[in-house]
Parts: sequence; C-alpha cells; structure tokens
Amino acid sequence: MKNTKINYFRNAILLGLVMVISVNCDGDMSDETLATYPKTAEIFTDAPVGMGSNFYFPYGPDANNPVGSKFSAWSVDSEVSYKGNASMRFDVPNANDPEGNYAGGILRIDGAGRDLTGYDALTFWAKASQGVTIGEIGFGEDFFPNKYITTMRNISLGTNWVKYIIPIPDASKLLKERGVFRYSAGTQNTNGFGYTFWIDELKFEKLGTILPLQASIMNGNNVVRSTFVGVTTSVTGIISSFNMPNGINQSVTIAPAFLNFVSSNPAVASVSDTGVVTPLSVGTAVITATFGGQPTLGSLTINCTGTFTSAPIPTRNPANVLSVFSDTYTNVPVSYYNGFWTPGSTTGSADFSVNGNNVLNYTTFNYVGISFANPTLNTTTMTKVHFDMYIPNNVPPNFSFLITIEDWGPNQIDNGGDDTRQQIFVTASQVQANSWVTIEAPLTLVNRNNIGLIIMENINGSSLSNFYMDNIYFFN
Amino acid sequence: MKKIKIYNLLLIGFGSLFIGCETDEKQTVITKTKLVMSEEFNVDGAPDSNLWSYNIGTGSNGWGNNELQYYTDRPQNIKVENGVLKITARREQYMGSSYTSARIISKGKYEKKYGRIEARIKLPRGKGLWPAFWMLGANSDTVIWPQCGEIDIMEYLGNSPTKIFGTVHGPGYSAGESISKNFFLSNSRFDTDFHIFGIEWDENRVNFYVDDMLYHSVTPEDVSGEWVFNQSFYMILNVAVGGILPGAPNGETPFPQEMLVDYIRVYE
Repeated sequence: MKNTKINYFRNAILLGLVMVISVNCDGDMSDETLATYPKTAEIFTDAPVGMGSNFYFPYGPDANNPVGSKFSAWSVDSEVSYKGNASMRFDVPNANDPEGNYAGGILRIDGAGRDLTGYDALTFWAKASQGVTIGEIGFGEDFFPNKYITTMRNISLGTNWVKYIIPIPDASKLLKERGVFRYSAGTQNTNGFGYTFWIDELKFEKLGTILPLQASIMNGNNVVRSTFVGVTTSVTGIISSFNMPNGINQSVTIAPAFLNFVSSNPAVASVSDTGVVTPLSVGTAVITATFGGQPTLGSLTINCTGTFTSAPIPTRNPANVLSVFSDTYTNVPVSYYNGFWTPGSTTGSADFSVNGNNVLNYTTFNYVGISFANPTLNTTTMTKVHFDMYIPNNVPPNFSFLITIEDWGPNQIDNGGDDTRQQIFVTASQVQANSWVTIEAPLTLVNRNNIGLIIMENINGSSLSNFYMDNIYFFN
Repeated sequence: MKKIKIYNLLLIGFGSLFIGCETDEKQTVITKTKLVMSEEFNVDGAPDSNLWSYNIGTGSNGWGNNELQYYTDRPQNIKVENGVLKITARREQYMGSSYTSARIISKGKYEKKYGRIEARIKLPRGKGLWPAFWMLGANSDTVIWPQCGEIDIMEYLGNSPTKIFGTVHGPGYSAGESISKNFFLSNSRFDTDFHIFGIEWDENRVNFYVDDMLYHSVTPEDVSGEWVFNQSFYMILNVAVGGILPGAPNGETPFPQEMLVDYIRVYE
C-alpha cells in the first residue's frame, strides 16, 4: 500500500488530457514552423551524445600562462562509470608537466547549438582519485563570442560519486547554445601534484527545485572609477546566487549578457549589452543592472574628468633607444610591468588605452617593479633614462618618489651577490598635477649590461597613490 | 473501509476508478467532501478571536524544544492580510530573545474528532526555520503529553525546501519513536508555491497527504502503544526558530521570513 498512489483528481486530469490531445490530433498540422534547435539534454552518458566529431577543445597558452593546459587531459574511460559502462576522465597533470601545467577546455557541439530554454540546470555525477577542489566547471563557452559563460567555482570532489548541480542563470536566453561544458582544474591545492577526476551522466535537466536569489555586479560593491573620455572599462564580478534543493546557497559566476545594464547618465557614459562602459563626456554616471527583471546588488560609478591628454610622442631616433614601454618604439622583452610582490606591495594596475596609446596606471601605490629577467637588459651603449609621469587630481604635499635601476651582475640573478644599483630621486618640484612631466637622468651605473629591475617607490612617508607612466626608455 | 465504499457510490462519474479500493493495495487520497468548517482568512487584521488564541512568550524550555523565538501577538509577527494569514519570523532582540514569531491555537474554540483537515500554505526558507500545522488532543491540559496525542499534519525545516513530514505522537511512540514519514516534492519547492497539507482521520486511521498525493497512513497496528486518536483535537499554526530539530539559523538564513496560510478547511 505504501508504494501506490492512486487518486481520482489525477486520473480525472489524465482523462481530460487524453480527450484534448485526441481533438488536437484531428486538427491540421502546419508545415510552417520557425527554425528550431535540438533540445537534447544529454551531453555524455556512456559516450558523447549529439556532440558531432570534433567537440573537445583544450585551453591553449595565453598571456598569463605561456605553457597552457595539457591537451591529452580528457578521455573516455570505459573502466570507470557511475552508470552504464563509461565516464569522462580528466587527468590533471603535475604543475611541472612540460606538455601542460593544468587541465582545462570546453566541449562544444560540432554542429547546430541546442535549445536549452526548457532546462534549469546542468547536472553531472563526479568523483576524484583523491579529495580535491576543482577550480571551475560550467558551460556557455564556445570560444566565440562566449556570450553566456556560466561557471561554478571551487567544486569539492570526494572519492565517491556525488551529483552536482550548476544552475542555469536564465535559460530563456539559451536558444542555440554550442558551449555545453567547460572546466579548468589545476594543482594549486595539491602542492603541484596531479590527480584524476571523472564525470558521468552529464546533462541538462529541468529540476524545478532551484530558487534564484539576488544577483550582483562588481561583486556586490559600489565601485567608483575616475577615467577619461573614450577609456572603456567593464562591469565585472557578476555573480548570481541560487538556493539549491539541499537548502544551500550556491553562487555562480555569469556572463554580462544575462543582465540588462543601465547608465544613470547616458550622455556621460554608455553601457553595452556586454557590460562595456564607454565614457563620453565630463560628469558622473552610475552603471547598474537588472537580472530577470530584479535589481542587482552593486554598482559602477564613472567619474569622467574629460579628454585624456596623451604623453608627448617621443622623437628620438629609434636607433638610439632601448624602449621599456612606449607605442612609438619596439619594446624590449619585459617580464612584467607590475610584479604584484606579496606580501608588501599594495600596488595594483589599471592600465588603459586611449585611441591605441597604451598607458601604465599604478593604483593604491606603495612600490612596484618592472622586470627584465629573461633576458636581462644590456644598456651599456645607453647614457640616459627617460620617464613620462602623470599624477591625476593633485600631487600629495609629502610627495617623494624614488626610481631604482638595478643591474643583476654577471650571474643575472636578483640578489645574487653581484647586484649594483642606481637611485634617481624625484621631488615635488619636478612634478605637476594633471599634466605630463618628463623625468630624465644620466645612467651612472658602471656595469649596466644586466639590468633586471626598475623599482618605483614612495619614500619619506610619501602618500602618492595613483599615477600614470608612459614612454619609459633608455637612450643615448 | 466500509465507509469509503459507501462514499464511492455517491461519486457519480468517478465510481469506476475506485474498483479495488476495499483492498489495502490501493488507497484513495480523500473521501470526505462535506465542508463543515472553513477559515479562509479573508478579514484583514488580527486572526479571528472566535477561532484562535495566542501562545505568547517562550513557553517552558523553548516550548520543550529549546526553540529560540519569543511568540507575540503583534501584527509584525501575525496578521491577516490580502486573504492570507501571515506568520512572520523576525531576527530582533525582544524580551530577552533574539527572534520573534507567532503561534495560534484553536483550543477551546474549535476542536474536532475525525474528519479531513487541510490547509493551503506557502512556507518560508532558511536554516533554523521550523513552521508547522499540527494538532494536540483537547485534553492536553489535564493529561501529560504524549498521552494526549499529537498529529503533525505538516512540519518543515527551512533548509530542506523540498521536504515536509507528517507524524503522530502518542504514549510509547513520541519524539524519536514517533510514527513519521517524509514527503519530497520532485520538481518544485515548498517555499515558492502554495501547497495543500492535510489529513483524513477516522476511528482507526490517519492518512497524510500533500496536494493530491497520499504519502503516509497510520493505523492502530502501526503504533507501539495506545491509540489515542479517538477524541477531539485542536489546531495549531506556528513558525518556530531554532531548537533541537532545525538547529539555529545561520548567516544565510534570510529574515524576516513568512509562512502564508491561504485557508484551513475541515470536511466530513
């Protein structure tokens, strides 16, 4: 008795449905239909489902990771499965694997996209060779234009099979999605040692048990940015929260295209569907957003101070210049323009570009380094060094700025015992607010064929916080 | 079971669906359709004093469960508005408690033996919230619980948004030994829509249902002690916060939270 559920309400409804359906079957079926896309739910059961032949695309090298992911990380494992006889296997390599220092990539349908409007979650069963946290799992990445990327971060996997649910932020937008799965898994939490994880029964589902909560932009903060006409900036930190069937609140990082953006003053700053903000004139504009018709937490206030004045364009003969940072000359190889040295350095970077002219912007400044480690820089034939510096708003009264040029000696190692340094002091009388000033100094280093670092720092309690740099070069 | 058969004959047009109901292999959800009491919560303001009384305060030892709330009769904790009863649990310092909420009882005003008793309710969300629609034996002041009997038509924990449970307590089968059963919604949640929670109660049976689904049936053979459900019971509606069963609210528990009751209806 406990397993049977009979009731006349339901049966009455069923009878009614049968009648309605039979009536409809007698009607004319129109041949004219809108273009439709498959609504297939399954992505992988015992094999890829409806994915075509060329569907796995691992992440390649990029600016932040010149090695890239290991292309052979993904495979079908016919020895291990949650259900049926196979699962997807992901072999995360050791961090020092020359073929790739992490595992990551996308599954993209080789063919037409899918209509996902009838689903509210991507679900799968997963386990790992050890307890481990997977950095990112999601969907919506097709490598172009990645319009609806949705990512759950820090997914904790154990060694037994567990079902995972990634909510779909707004399925009504997913009319023809090709990017049905993405992942990124490294060894940051395993001391650089690789591991394996498996995913099975990967599919879209209509669960009906997920409650959308509020979304946020700028990670829920009210962020203020001073900027110039034409210097675009982006709304970031877009998070949508959901109360899951188990009562836990789950946050998902979602693409801007899921939101609708509004500028409080479109004459000052416009905002695109993808959250790109373009300042247009002097003034203040507040960018806010709605998600599913509901206001989101957080905002981005743009203080546009007018048209940006570029630094003077250098006129020296390129043959006499070794350029570190400029758009006029070809720059030497630079390891970084901000080492983000931790702990200690508070300096952030908000570098920007105006009409193709790139500018370094150091924010929350205390000290920062520009490095040439591989190779070091040979400035033996150079006699001077040049910087263009711009301090917006005002120069702090206690301004005191030091530039140190460091030669790493024959062993080319920082602090390797044979380093030599030159200090260039910049005083308040040399700079001016809201205009470019040029700082030039003779090179006094005797040995300067292994320059490894240029360090800029506040000294004597100086409270300089925000400035721009351009046209950093050695010359003779 | 004889009663059910007779009743089926009266259901013109549905009779054929009930063939076989006299065996225990199949079970109807409801058989009683003669409305004998209806509380529709259609008059704005405080709950009808002809039907309801308040429990105020923290009871003894948090109403026996280490519950954290202070029950009040203030409109910010309980009122009828827009056709529903709203019991609102709040996080606030009040009379030495950190939460407030409300609990109303029909004791001495409406007590019922047997029948079909149901309510249409939308439930709150969040760890630590523990709403219920339940009944106690009318002799609860003179007979020590659990001898008076308790029928929990619906209990719910705010961190399990797809689950409710129905329970009977009596002598020898109370608290941890009570006769309880969970019901899970497979494709929706109790905090996003109204659902109907009811019992159909006869001399030798209490059936529990949600919407049109029967999920729990208790008979004297199912209990390990005296069957104490052949007397009148009164109704209770409350939203507890914290306590032994749900645990305390956590940082993700949103406040205020409401239980909305569209109606209570009693049939014979």
